[in-house]
Amino acid sequence: MASYRTLRDLDWALLLLSLFICGLGILQIFSATQGTKWHNAWWKQVAWVVLGLLLMWLISSIDYHTLLGQVPVLYAGIVVLLLLTFVIGTKVFGARRWIALPGGVLLQVSEFAKIVIVLMVARFLTELKTDVLHWRDLLKLIGLVGLPMLLVMKQPDLGTSLTYLPILATGIFLAGLRWQYALILGIVVAVLIPSSWFLLKDYQKSRIETFLDPSRDPKGEGYQVIQSKIAIGNGGMWGKGVTQGTQTRLQFLPVPHTDFIFSAFAEEHGFVGVVVVLGLYFLLLMQIVQNAQTSPDRAGMYICMGICALLLFHMLVNVGMVVGRMPVTGIPLPFMSSGGSGMLSVFMMLGLVHNVRLRRFVN
Amino acid sequence: MSQHLHDPTQHEKLDPAVLRDDTTFAAGRIAFFQYVIVSVFLFVLSGFWNLQVQENEIYTEAADRNRIKSTPMLAARGKILDREGRVIVDNHSSFSVILSRENLKEEHLPAIAAGLNLDLEDLVARLRRWKSVPKYRAIVIKEEMTPAEIAFVESHNDPDTFPELELAHVQHRLYPKDNLLAHVIGYVGEVTENELDLPDFAKYNQGDVIGKAGIERQYNDILMGTDGERQSVVDSKGNEREVIGYKDAIPGRSLQLTIDLDLQIVAEMTLEGRKGAVVALDVRTGEVLAMVSRPAYDPNKFAGRIRRKDWDEIVLNPDKPMFNRAIQSNFSPGSTFKPLVALAGLEAGVIDDKTTFQCSGGIQFYGRYFRCHARNGHGTVNLQRAMAQSCDVYFYNAANLMGIDKIYEYGEQLGLGKETGIDLPFEGKGLMPSSKWKARTLRQKWMGGDTVNVGIGQGYVNVTPIQLAVMIGGIANAGIWSRPHLVKDPNKREVHKLSVDPANVGSVVYGMYGVVNLGGTGGVARLPGIDVCGKTGTAQLYGYDVRARGSVVAKDLRDNAWFVGFAPRTNPEIVVAALFENGEHGNLAGPMVRDVMKVYFDKKARNVQRVPTLAMAPLGQKGFAVN
Repeated sequence: MASYRTLRDLDWALLLLSLFICGLGILQIFSATQGTKWHNAWWKQVAWVVLGLLLMWLISSIDYHTLLGQVPVLYAGIVVLLLLTFVIGTKVFGARRWIALPGGVLLQVSEFAKIVIVLMVARFLTELKTDVLHWRDLLKLIGLVGLPMLLVMKQPDLGTSLTYLPILATGIFLAGLRWQYALILGIVVAVLIPSSWFLLKDYQKSRIETFLDPSRDPKGEGYQVIQSKIAIGNGGMWGKGVTQGTQTRLQFLPVPHTDFIFSAFAEEHGFVGVVVVLGLYFLLLMQIVQNAQTSPDRAGMYICMGICALLLFHMLVNVGMVVGRMPVTGIPLPFMSSGGSGMLSVFMMLGLVHNVRLRRFVN
Repeated sequence: MSQHLHDPTQHEKLDPAVLRDDTTFAAGRIAFFQYVIVSVFLFVLSGFWNLQVQENEIYTEAADRNRIKSTPMLAARGKILDREGRVIVDNHSSFSVILSRENLKEEHLPAIAAGLNLDLEDLVARLRRWKSVPKYRAIVIKEEMTPAEIAFVESHNDPDTFPELELAHVQHRLYPKDNLLAHVIGYVGEVTENELDLPDFAKYNQGDVIGKAGIERQYNDILMGTDGERQSVVDSKGNEREVIGYKDAIPGRSLQLTIDLDLQIVAEMTLEGRKGAVVALDVRTGEVLAMVSRPAYDPNKFAGRIRRKDWDEIVLNPDKPMFNRAIQSNFSPGSTFKPLVALAGLEAGVIDDKTTFQCSGGIQFYGRYFRCHARNGHGTVNLQRAMAQSCDVYFYNAANLMGIDKIYEYGEQLGLGKETGIDLPFEGKGLMPSSKWKARTLRQKWMGGDTVNVGIGQGYVNVTPIQLAVMIGGIANAGIWSRPHLVKDPNKREVHKLSVDPANVGSVVYGMYGVVNLGGTGGVARLPGIDVCGKTGTAQLYGYDVRARGSVVAKDLRDNAWFVGFAPRTNPEIVVAALFENGEHGNLAGPMVRDVMKVYFDKKARNVQRVPTLAMAPLGQKGFAVN
């Protein structure tokens, strides 16, 4: 059944946009890590991108309907792996998020859980008989997403666990949420958020407090945001030029190749560069939405929209963070931040989008 | 849209998922989602617009402040030299530790204070005082560091421990030992907050070290250099990456004083263990050759940060060691005032060389009996004998005949009652009374008895030792005197002329010659081969009447001894005034003047620059090196 699906049918616009952003990311990693202990992060990133492209091709070549059929297995597998992380996980900075693979590769299970959750939400909503969600189904779905979320939250990794929410929320929204339900959910969330304050860990609380007032502790939690804002502001309209950003080069900017890569970029390329890259992200997201619109069925639409919502959330939280409009959460910027698991999972998700696109002309 | 073309049977194959094929039902919501995307992007982009375009300058400045570190390069103060170029005040190299407040972590302070032997509370208070100063300006927190403290800083100022610490090589003030010239030189210290509020100090910055007293204060602008600065780019760890600006420190200029160390040392010796002052002036120029005030303080204690204990010791001492008695103490001149009364009387024509008065141990004026210090009287005295024996009755009469305003006229023109204008801060004025003065300040009529008292240098009249030296020098030099000054600079000379009859000057000078050489009260001041002229003085703190009652007089209420002398008799060169507080009688101050003069004339005779061995030996042992 694959004979008429060729490379030519891939979403080339999507692919080029993603590769272009990756290229800028690699350039920025190179520039920001020169003369630091991460100086070879850029070619590792190249390797991850290549590996990601392979996985993308692999995922896109398996019919997503087949993948949807395997959701129970995948879901069970990912839950087991998340549980396993607590047991054999590698502890870094006080959190067990990674499973060590042979060859020194650390695998972040929670990143790959995203894909499973996208598929699971898509299948669940597709199987609904009605056009409007009922309480039973709604709570069931919330429970299904809530379980891995809770596990990830306990690692602890609040940031990544929160990225599952937009998948759920977008799915529910598209499936048809009655406004009464929306109201009740809204009230529940409004009650839960303040009460969840007591469940947060101290460092999580202080991050939120620092977000509300970064000058509270300029050398501690607030330091990162203040330095990030200085870096961005220092870039001005046209930027300081590649490798010329003083905030980045002199290491005032924390982790300028991972979470704060966009401030490093903004310092060196200025507002003009920011507009260009944000424009690329915008086109990329719109391209995914377009694939949702042209999807042959609801499942494909839910997959594309779930991925789109997830990427949008990533972008909002990460870029919002570096610019001081969101709290520090440690969520990487897709395609740009240095890091293996994130890059692979993002390309796998793109694989799903290509997958949907490849199968839009069904006869 | 392709979904309608699609065959539903295909789904059944994809068991268990039963997929439906229409996505149109969600089209509106997808469109809504697109608007969400647009708003998210606009939200984020507005943040960048705000930081990069609107507030770009603020953040560029913040980035520069982050990376550019300026390290002060402290300028050395100028040296202070004596009239022959010998170094009096020098600098010595030492290390200071600088605290960079940009990198400061409050929690490091206790450990830093402990390592540097600093008082933690003091350090915290200091930092608080610096709050208003921009952070990039570093503070010196400890000077004159010991090797152990230097080692502490060197081993702890790495990026991971206390990056806020930095060593600075500085030039530090080194004052002579044994309080030599302490009052003349003064001392330096960090400018205080209160001083910074004064307009005169506006040019200084927090942390500047400035002269606080004496020459250091008076000539601060010359002595103080301009600090340099080193601007470098540092990374977030404080590691220096590159130097981008370098401004050399400009050291202060040296200052040559008129002080002759040889005379100074001898003058200091004469006051060893005593309370008082010695001033030696060059009569011809007004140059101060020596100036001592005792007790003194050690300016070296002020050179760094003075310790509380040392400060209290100095300030609470009842003998006031900070007080420069040579220019600040106001005392009755006693009989040393008589040459002025004599000159004024001769000029006024109320007396001449042949005028005589009868001294029977006292005299009645205005219903009051004025005693002479000689109980049995001096018999018939003329001017020469009155001067030599310091007969009070003669001067009571002379003063009474001419009236206070005549004495005032001459006293005022010879520099009494106002600052001499010496280049030292906080000079005293003394008091030269007149009838107008009394009416103005005391709102009382001048009484005849007041004049009689002033005639022997008692009563209202008060002088500082420097004023006395200026006055006697002026008389000796026939009414011409120069403003006394300490810095060797011809422009400092300011000549005052009082027109007097040279014959009258000759009479007074002859009287003073007699004091020393013709069996007068100042015989102790005689120097073989040199015509020393002088006048003793015993300034009463209590009148003769208290004394007559036989009361026990406490030590610090005993009479002050004065001696003022000049030499040679014709074309005088040097005038020396000595005050020996509670020294009882003027002839105890005589040897002080004599010794200083001896050095002057010995040096002149031998034309060598070294102190005679006799005078040098005891001080040499104390370790002050004269090069």
